[in-house]
Amino acid sequence: MNPRLTRRRFIKGVIYSSAASLSGAGFYLANAQSRPAAAVERLISINVNGATRRVDVLPQETLAHTLRYKLDLTGTKLGCNRGECGACTVLIDGISNYACSTLTHSVKQREVLTIEGLRAADGSLHPVQQAFLEELGPQCGFCTPGQVMAAVALLQKNARPTREEARLGLSGNLCRCGAYDHYLNGVMRASGQLS
Amino acid sequence: MTYMHIGKDFTPPDAEGKITGQARYSEDFRKEGMVFARLLTSPVPSGRVRNIDVSEALRMDGVIGILTADDLPPVERPAVAALSNELVYVGQPILAVAAINEQIAENALERIRMEIERRPFVVDPLDSLVEGGPDAFPEGNVVIRGASGSEFKSLKWSRQAVEDFRNGREPDAEFTTEWSYGDMEAEFARCAVVVEEAFVTAGYPHHSLEPRTCMSYWENGRCYFHGSLQSQSAANAPLARMLGIELDQLCFINENTGGGFGSRIGPYPFMAISGYFSRKVNRPVQVRITREEEFFIGSARAGAQGWIKAGLNADGRVAAIDLVIVNDGGASGSGSGSASAGALSVVYQPAAMRFRGVSVFTNTTPRGAQRGPGQNEMHAIAAPILDKAIRQLGLDRVAVRRLNGPDSTSLIDANRGPVTSAYMREAIDKGAELFDWANRVNQPRVAGRKVRGLGVGQGYHSAGSNGYDGLVRIGTDGRIYLHTGVGNLGTYSYAATVRAAAEVLQCRWENCEIVRGNTDLGLPHSSGQGGSNTVFTHTRANWVAAQDAVQKMKEIAAAELGGTVEDYSIAEERVFRTDAPEQGLTYAEAAQRAVQMGGRYSGGEWPDDINELTAIAVQKLAGTGLIGVAKDNLEKTGTAPGLAIAFAEIELDLDTGKYDIVDYLAVAECGTVVHPKGLSHGMNGGGIWGMGMAGFERHVYDPQNGLPANMGLYQSKPMTILDAPLHMRHAAVDMPDPQNPVGARGIGEPAMGCAVAAVMSAISDALDGHLFNRTPVTPDMVINYVAQQTYNNKSLKTNTF
Repeated sequence: MNPRLTRRRFIKGVIYSSAASLSGAGFYLANAQSRPAAAVERLISINVNGATRRVDVLPQETLAHTLRYKLDLTGTKLGCNRGECGACTVLIDGISNYACSTLTHSVKQREVLTIEGLRAADGSLHPVQQAFLEELGPQCGFCTPGQVMAAVALLQKNARPTREEARLGLSGNLCRCGAYDHYLNGVMRASGQLS
Repeated sequence: MTYMHIGKDFTPPDAEGKITGQARYSEDFRKEGMVFARLLTSPVPSGRVRNIDVSEALRMDGVIGILTADDLPPVERPAVAALSNELVYVGQPILAVAAINEQIAENALERIRMEIERRPFVVDPLDSLVEGGPDAFPEGNVVIRGASGSEFKSLKWSRQAVEDFRNGREPDAEFTTEWSYGDMEAEFARCAVVVEEAFVTAGYPHHSLEPRTCMSYWENGRCYFHGSLQSQSAANAPLARMLGIELDQLCFINENTGGGFGSRIGPYPFMAISGYFSRKVNRPVQVRITREEEFFIGSARAGAQGWIKAGLNADGRVAAIDLVIVNDGGASGSGSGSASAGALSVVYQPAAMRFRGVSVFTNTTPRGAQRGPGQNEMHAIAAPILDKAIRQLGLDRVAVRRLNGPDSTSLIDANRGPVTSAYMREAIDKGAELFDWANRVNQPRVAGRKVRGLGVGQGYHSAGSNGYDGLVRIGTDGRIYLHTGVGNLGTYSYAATVRAAAEVLQCRWENCEIVRGNTDLGLPHSSGQGGSNTVFTHTRANWVAAQDAVQKMKEIAAAELGGTVEDYSIAEERVFRTDAPEQGLTYAEAAQRAVQMGGRYSGGEWPDDINELTAIAVQKLAGTGLIGVAKDNLEKTGTAPGLAIAFAEIELDLDTGKYDIVDYLAVAECGTVVHPKGLSHGMNGGGIWGMGMAGFERHVYDPQNGLPANMGLYQSKPMTILDAPLHMRHAAVDMPDPQNPVGARGIGEPAMGCAVAAVMSAISDALDGHLFNRTPVTPDMVINYVAQQTYNNKSLKTNTF
């Protein structure tokens, strides 16, 4: 996780900024509209997948919400919206983060990479995507974008992880179908350790 | 047999979308003017809404409307209503609010005032069954299902019966389901060993990773419905009935589904909300739910409290099993006790058996099918109990399982029906060899505070049906369109099964296109994608449809080139004279002729016995190519069984009570392997589910207030990658079933049953045969046992801390 924005800090920020929205069980914490915007800038620029995007962002809005519902980047999935499943994993400055637990305002000066930004300019798949395809990593596929992004982050730090290290690298991402073995094989293939 | 496509790996066409994020799930669809609905849910486990004041919510800017139970057709309990004022569990939807965005809808919920009359509640079935105990519903606590329908009843057991049951003695009590075969008394009299145990298995939520979402809108009297189901065509008829429309007035769209595991086989009550709401407000309406709401309305496995008495002859043959199960049916009353008993009758082939059961309503979440419902929790409990009896006889656990394993002559279930084929002994032999059971069972077991345990367990589920339709179309350009009504639930069976049609057509896979995911594309009637049935059922349906296409191509060729149908063959996407291969037509030419000839050749006519949905599909395709369409009327004279056996080695830490699964091997007995990577997913995914049942997953309710305590994923504990073995192994017997044209059967559910049984067996083995008789076995239970503190299983408590 991004050391500059811990889960505790995020939750504290939400509590302080959005007291009026504590209705559901967390789903709308980041989306409630009833709080005055005060001095917080609404129209901001964020760098997503190498492009600068202008977007109207509420102070308490999560990155997952912005990506999915304002930038139409629906590859980032919401499985829990409370930092438990990892389906919304994106990279922020190369580090894996849960987009559901990241305030969009906190990424203004940073580079966000989503599953849609992995393909090369010529349309070819990222090596992790290619490896996951060859290993037929997904089952239902709902967790897969998050698994892919976690694997990309892992291999950027550790190009040839052991299977145990790969397991730790993907440990923030749940797969209810139980496709873990296939995903691990995908990481090992992407790192050139499985042919 | 050598196949062109069957048994070979391929890349299913939806896989790339899943790894690039382009795959669309129901929440990813938008429609101009769409509004968003949110649910107001019950805060109490039991009660009645006396009155609701929605006036303040309706006055809010952006609120479009409110849908209540009064807007929906009445639903008679025990059927679960989409919205209701009669409250029987926490989280039950009461009404829905639609607004121009979700935030406003959510805020509007807070402006609604309700007055609720509370009623007594119960979260443990035995607390309801005991005389004087509360009933979950005002009408009673059980349902008697008979020929004339369902009837509620308040069923009570004497305090003595409940006390006996809790303490592992046969209860003298009334049941709602009973069956038996064989001479129980005589078989038990001959037994060399008899074991008698009480047991309890926890219910737990499906927690499919995609929170279910529905979006629907109406155009020209038709409903366009984006849903999230395991099945595709199987949804059409019940969903149309739910919405009160004709079959051809519904377009059901479901390209991808984020998990189901039994909770999304067919339309669930929640789906009525967007359908009726969109009609009421005349705008597209999307309803997506939270993770917590997925816990409440996303279904769950029924729990079970039971008593079992099993006897073995001196040679290890299972002579008799007597089984009592009280199911926790939650708010839907669904229980699977009879299926539990049936699984024992298959796997262990007892000479005599009796089952008695009752499913009791509790004020907990509605229960439904969950991967091997009944069968898999029974496998979990039975494996270590059988081990105990085997140890008393001084026999080998694998050898005894082989002795009792079913074969193709075996009779199964209460009705003692036949199987299409069964090769359980071959699976056991293969697994024992690959796992090196004979050597490992004699290895040293203790290393300091770490203890090894070896386990073996079996799984069974019926795995195939018949009587559904297949539909293929050969375009005038020669491209082959394989239409399937099989849903995309993540098993890739929608793609694997149409390869049976490609096999018949002897065509290149690259020249095939799978048509699926949208009713209006012309999809045939299909079974529901549940119960491990798809591979058996739809390889048959695709096979017969492709045979129809080949027959028509031969007829066309004979009409144009002379001779009879028998004079023609197919190969390399041509139909040609067998004795003069240069005389023939390409598939493209045959399809062009079919369009010219019309009638049955290009969909102008269709067989009388196909389903109405398939007939509608054929009419959509008429005139666009050569149509192959048929109902599966192939012979099927027994239950198609899915069988599996697993071997597990665990390393259990006596200080922490935790264990690692250091080796795991499962062998599938599912006939011919159709799609090796799909089988791998089924076996490994099923294995993960089994391990989760063995050690992690359960409902927890506060018995004082009826409140659930573990709605989220973190507390519900589905298996993480760190809980899973670092490597998972699997194999297959790969012997064809004679009642499937490519020899295939299903395996999804047995893959879980064998895993949980093997792990439970291994835990018991590590602790010198100790029986916990409970799922899950958690570290605190192990530590208490190791510390020689009595773990009180005899209370059979469930749904509690």
